[in-house]
Amino acid sequence: MQALYAQLLVGLINGSFYALLSLGLAVIFGMLNIINFAHGALYMMGAFTAYFLLNLFGIGYWWALLIAPIVVGIFGMILERTMLQWLAGLDHLYGLLLTFGIALIVQGVFQNYFGSSGLPYAIPDELKGGMNLGFMFLPIYRGWVVVFSLVVCLATWFLIEKTRLGAYLRAATENPTLVRAFGINVPRMITLTYGLGVGLAALAGVLSAPINQVRPLMGADLIIVVFAVVVIGGMGSIMGSIITGFALGVIEGLTKYFYPEASNTVVFVLMVLVLLIKPTGLTGRAA
Amino acid sequence: MPEVNTAVRPAAQTSGAHVLSVKDLQAWYGESHILHGINFHVNEGEVVTLLGRNGAGKTTTLKSVMGIIGKRSGTIQFNGKEISRASSDSIARMGVAFCPEERGIFASLDVRENLLLPPIVSSGGLSLDQIFELFPNLKDRLNSQGTKLSGGEQQMLAIARILRTGARFLMLDEPTEGLAPVIIQQIGHTIARLKKEGFTILLVEQNFRFASTVADRYYVVEHGKVIDGFANSELEANMDKLHTYLGV
Repeated sequence: MQALYAQLLVGLINGSFYALLSLGLAVIFGMLNIINFAHGALYMMGAFTAYFLLNLFGIGYWWALLIAPIVVGIFGMILERTMLQWLAGLDHLYGLLLTFGIALIVQGVFQNYFGSSGLPYAIPDELKGGMNLGFMFLPIYRGWVVVFSLVVCLATWFLIEKTRLGAYLRAATENPTLVRAFGINVPRMITLTYGLGVGLAALAGVLSAPINQVRPLMGADLIIVVFAVVVIGGMGSIMGSIITGFALGVIEGLTKYFYPEASNTVVFVLMVLVLLIKPTGLTGRAA
Repeated sequence: MPEVNTAVRPAAQTSGAHVLSVKDLQAWYGESHILHGINFHVNEGEVVTLLGRNGAGKTTTLKSVMGIIGKRSGTIQFNGKEISRASSDSIARMGVAFCPEERGIFASLDVRENLLLPPIVSSGGLSLDQIFELFPNLKDRLNSQGTKLSGGEQQMLAIARILRTGARFLMLDEPTEGLAPVIIQQIGHTIARLKKEGFTILLVEQNFRFASTVADRYYVVEHGKVIDGFANSELEANMDKLHTYLGV
């Protein structure tokens, strides 16, 4: 039983990263109509930013949680202003290829300086150690990642679904021309939305640094699974991508316990099944 | 083609300066040249109607003024300011409000969110209470999804949301299209009321019987040009010509 709970926890942790990343992808896809293949590289940049902040400036984990998403978000907004904005109205393939190319370049640059091995990033003192829950031992940092990710995901959902800013965003996703004709600066909103999505990826990167180490290819490995998650959940819905993210993490964890051989493929098998039965994804709207 | 009348006669009741003045407006959708030199003006406090057949260029004219047609040339002056190069969001913030033909109600927003979506561009807009007084139906539907409303209610919502913003110049694109007579009447009352409160309105209509209940002046658009113009008092005298223009 201990092993089952342990795998469930691993599943929830992976699910936290899936949810944060697929949420950002869904927000970006909604507004920019771009399948952001650079998402994994930006997640990695978030982790590296935390690493640099600590090792070059002595700025620790808690500030990194705030600063890394801002720094990487600004980098993303520069990408959007200088490159992505010119793809508006073109086929998805252009955005996918451009962001894939950006990912390769960013990852190549980091690999050039840091190789492929992981750099250590310590768990902050406040979150070291663990708790005995009776039925299992819970490392506090891992519990923190799950709870904090959930809070961030729900806050993002609230922002988009329940606030005035979110209403602008939803309206501009539907009909950007008309929203602009009401006096809202839609191009600026698109840039900020990309920054928000990228910031969520960078935040996930910081959260992951103490667990998975800081590696140039940490995002490249993860993003493939995240895209499968997005395909399963469907691009259309914010809550859908959050729930699918956590759920698939848990399913993956359970598979590791019951049938470990399939744990790396279960998400992709589910993806194929969903595509066969409901091509728009579980919560997706028809295009 | 009827004789082109570029020197359109001045309005019968000119109450103030030109709010909108359009000269030699040309516009393109991609490669197709839609507007070939549109000339007209709207005075303060007037209701001016663009008449014309389907595809004549009426909607494109409104969209060009709003800045949502990519390629356009000529001059468009709003309150004396050249806006033909301005972005649509800055044009909206100068006080131009647009109600599109397809109404543009957002499906992912409820009625309240749809109503509150356009930002306030200046003071002096209608309050929510005044809006509910004009359109009592909307008050009961605030929590419904925008596109769950009936066609008439959607049209009311599309008009209502631009009255809040403080814009004093409204462009309404076929607000009566596809609606029941009783609702058309209600929209007619609304336009008359807005005119009384000093709004300036540029209306696109196919239905000139409806237009005649609210308009001060008409321009006839054909093949991307303004080919004629007259005041409401001259409507009867121009009836035969109008029938030819509109093919009714």
